[in-house]
Amino acid sequence: MNAIVEVISPGLYSTIQDLGRTGYGKYGVPKSGPMDLRSFLLANSILNNNENCAVIEWTIIPPVLRFHGDTIIAVTGAICTPFLNDIPCKMNHQINIKKGDVLTLKNVIGGVIGFVGIYKGFSTGVVLNSRSYYNNITEFVKLSKSDKLPFEKSIKYTPQYAALSAPIFWNETDIIYAYKGPEYCQLNEGQNQQLLNSEFIISKDRNRMAIPLDNDLKNDLPSMFSTPVLPGTVQLTPSGKLIVLMRDCQTTGGYPRILQLTTDSIDIIAQKRIGETIRLQLKSFET
Amino acid sequence: MSKKDIRFQYIRYSENTILVKGLTTIDDFLHKELLFYKNKIENHYNKVIVEVILSFNWLLVIYVSAIENFYSEVLQLKSLARKGGKLDDHENRLWKIPVCYSSKLTPELTYFAEMKSLSVEEIIKAHTTPLYTVFFIGFLPGFVYLGGLNKELVTPRKSTPSPKIEKGTVAIGGSQTGVYPCDSPGGWYGIGKTPVNFFDVTVSKPCFVSPGDKIQFISIDECVYNDISILINSKVYQPESSIL
Repeated sequence: MNAIVEVISPGLYSTIQDLGRTGYGKYGVPKSGPMDLRSFLLANSILNNNENCAVIEWTIIPPVLRFHGDTIIAVTGAICTPFLNDIPCKMNHQINIKKGDVLTLKNVIGGVIGFVGIYKGFSTGVVLNSRSYYNNITEFVKLSKSDKLPFEKSIKYTPQYAALSAPIFWNETDIIYAYKGPEYCQLNEGQNQQLLNSEFIISKDRNRMAIPLDNDLKNDLPSMFSTPVLPGTVQLTPSGKLIVLMRDCQTTGGYPRILQLTTDSIDIIAQKRIGETIRLQLKSFET
Repeated sequence: MSKKDIRFQYIRYSENTILVKGLTTIDDFLHKELLFYKNKIENHYNKVIVEVILSFNWLLVIYVSAIENFYSEVLQLKSLARKGGKLDDHENRLWKIPVCYSSKLTPELTYFAEMKSLSVEEIIKAHTTPLYTVFFIGFLPGFVYLGGLNKELVTPRKSTPSPKIEKGTVAIGGSQTGVYPCDSPGGWYGIGKTPVNFFDVTVSKPCFVSPGDKIQFISIDECVYNDISILINSKVYQPESSIL
């Protein structure tokens, strides 16, 4: 039995995300998937879902949702207070939903990316093995007012009072760990010092494809042919700006890849707000 | 150049990926060797790797989970590189892609011709003569990187990219030429337009060309462009192709 979630307000930029597309990189199709993988996985594990179940990912301003069926949800990621019909409830915890309930998320005090997971996941359309929204692949690019998102109604529900303890791994640190990228060796000592000893500011142009950093590095590296890139690749652009590629990034790119963020640091930088500063620290694969 | 002349460099890139770089000039020979190597890796590993991404002189090998011992994986990859064998039974094709080179559909063509001091006819001749090699697909879903552009047409990319290049635009950027599979910002110069769809999520192979295929552009007039567009919209058009 299917029911729907009605989008009363879509928030700033909300999408449906599962673990993304694999096996289509050879056609130039980005992987996509959640900006903050750990908070996404937490939402599904709280609900005892398969880890690939589709959730709503919101950015900066959360959506307002009305549920047209009984179910269970979980709110994870950016720190906020969920309200169910104006009654506050807990993040990182199962929330029991009755038909007609309205969810609002208020007081966003930390982070950028939030998730609303639902029992058994949203059953929006699958394109190339994934429900993750992407321009020219899925029918929609982001949630809009009055969208109707289908989900499977839960029939039996056993209340669960235990919460999953999830330390907020991204709030206490401004250090982003990275491995040396394939073109790191082309940097001179001065560039290297600047890279590892500066504070970098998260740009207002951050999106699901990339997070540009607002400081300039002196760049005299030779131009190059397109090479494979990944989420977490830090590119040095001709103007000297660093760009951290994120989940919707292209499969290939033509700028020097000077660093590669660790898997955990990709999640951390995803939660950094516009104007926040980060520092880059090298990590080796041996440790 | 013989096979033993290509050396590969292996670089740890992220927790679950290894980059393989072909240490030689980018040409059709290297491309064939990389494609062959890619197939060997994909066939050998099957479930241990997710996929192998190809570019001009690189392979990116993506494993399902984090690599525990980089050096033993590199030994494996090196032994595969030495292994002989035949390319699998995939047959490469030559695709004939109809293009309308008209300033009415692609206003930039006039500017490009003036900049290069060439007539539109000369541009058409120079662009439709070569058989371009499909090196790989990247940048956008269905964007083919083609090698073999006539030297007369080589043009540096725009210093500031255009906010929107229309779907189907056949463009030139540096020593490369290609087709924009969807509307996109871009830094290449448009010289023509094709009605052919390079990316379609509704079919099992969303992009009909494969690396190693060849493409030849065929000049068509606006009437033919419109006719083919109608056929494509009703899903009854396949670009002409033959086995290489």
